Amino acid sequence: MKILVPVKRVPDAETTIKVNPEGNGIVEAGVKWVVNPFCEIAIEEALRIKESGVEAEIVLVTIGTSDSQEQLRTGLAMGADRAILVTADNSDPWVVARVLAKIIEKESPDVVIMGKQAIDDDSNVVGQLLAELIGWPQATFISEFKLEDGNAAATCVREIDGGLETIKVPLPAIITADLRLNEPRYASLPGIMKARKKPLEEIDAGSLGADLTPMLTVKSLTPPAERKGGRMVESVDELISVLQTEAKVL
Amino acid sequence: MGNVLVYAEHAHGKLPKATAVAVTAAKEAAAKMGGGDVILGLFGSDVSGLTDAAGKLGVSKVATLESPALEHHAADVAAAALKAIAEATDCDRVVFASTSKGKDIAPRLAGAMGASIATDVTGINDDGSIERPMYAGNAFATVEMHGDKKVLTVRTTAFEAQADEGSAAVEAVGADISAPANAIQFVSVEETKSDRPVLTEAERVVAGGRGLKSGENFTTVLEPLVDALGAAMGASRAAVDAGYVPNDLQVGQTGKVVAPTLYIAVGISGAIQHLAGMKDSKVIASINKDPEAPIFQISDFGLVADLFEAVPEMTEKVKGL
Repeated sequence: MKILVPVKRVPDAETTIKVNPEGNGIVEAGVKWVVNPFCEIAIEEALRIKESGVEAEIVLVTIGTSDSQEQLRTGLAMGADRAILVTADNSDPWVVARVLAKIIEKESPDVVIMGKQAIDDDSNVVGQLLAELIGWPQATFISEFKLEDGNAAATCVREIDGGLETIKVPLPAIITADLRLNEPRYASLPGIMKARKKPLEEIDAGSLGADLTPMLTVKSLTPPAERKGGRMVESVDELISVLQTEAKVL
Repeated sequence: MGNVLVYAEHAHGKLPKATAVAVTAAKEAAAKMGGGDVILGLFGSDVSGLTDAAGKLGVSKVATLESPALEHHAADVAAAALKAIAEATDCDRVVFASTSKGKDIAPRLAGAMGASIATDVTGINDDGSIERPMYAGNAFATVEMHGDKKVLTVRTTAFEAQADEGSAAVEAVGADISAPANAIQFVSVEETKSDRPVLTEAERVVAGGRGLKSGENFTTVLEPLVDALGAAMGASRAAVDAGYVPNDLQVGQTGKVVAPTLYIAVGISGAIQHLAGMKDSKVIASINKDPEAPIFQISDFGLVADLFEAVPEMTEKVKGL
């Protein structure tokens, strides 16, 4: 089976992001760029499917600038087989979903496993939107994945408000990974060496025939209101007292 | 321009507070994004028990759609139902609360309608643009949504809940909704049993982090304080990652966003992604043994202490209030 894993280059979660003085982006100096953590979980799940004995090819795809090659190489070093970089702006969920729809048409994967959200724009949109555009079923926010019926379907456990839901989804389908699906591996040194020789195809988005008109325009970015904190109390008694008399919340 | 449709989420024969919050946001969308009436879209296999409550949510009309295919939640069928309701009621904007169901359906509906979509909206500006957080709340974006058709999911802490008001007419939409050939099959649902308030609706939240050291300590150390305060229990991602508690207790960028009157963080260091889920709480108090923990910088009151001593002491003293 062919497993397609879309990935995104994002600022590392440990980096404190600051809005730039112009208010049109973030301060990029000192930012470490990584594979979006939920995309890493998706790659890991694909690798585990392959390692469970299913004959599978794992194809990574990203949309972005040539800088994103670095994140594709990371995924290849983890164990994916080949990668596709589509050069286009990746800031609009509709554009990303339309481009991915074209890649799916071209690659005909049996399943698409991707992160539930990217931690830069925090949209949580592309997987579901893509599923609708191509008429596939979706299993979002999953914490367990198991192939069934000779790989024609998968049983998925979904993280929902107030509990867990189990569904059976026929393939092909769009699967979006939540946090607890797995613990992604680190790339090994031999993996990194091998990744250098794995195929990485670059495609200009214009050649795919996808509509690249964005549906959203970010007009400006502003920093959040500062929260004034930092006052310390000495004891449990004092804490209870200030919560009662000053904050009036007890 | 047309009207504004609200997704009426429901479970166990009830409409949660999130639906009332979405109504308020939809009224703002009507006022600032092109006018129209606010209509509640209520669908399921049998919604007869919900129409009275739905009619009291201060909307112009409740549009219902019933089909056996809508018995269990499935995003594709739900999106088809909402699209049919939107067409029948002349709605070009659809508002959801950012709940797990809302987030599952909304982008699919945007795809089906050819609508622009913005998620986790925290405000609607007078010019019709919207505000939403990015980068774990370290930036707020002012976003222009293109086209006449728009889908929004709104953060439930950012809008007030609509109070009971009026009794709107209920109209059934005559559309035939069936499951597609490649439909998902519902297998089972496992609900977390709890008598505590719902995390996203609670006035008080007590959350634990990795400092609790085990799932057992959540039960024996943290829960007594949670219950003494009549609070909901939350957790940091680190505590969820460590397997101490289930994921639906997770407060943070990729978990739940809460804004209670009182948030008490216990043994939580204050990673950026946790702060994204709770820093709009009215009063934040934290207990941590590390004086350098970043959580203190955003806390109104911080106590450096061993939680295994401070929490039981606080529990006893709160019980005595």
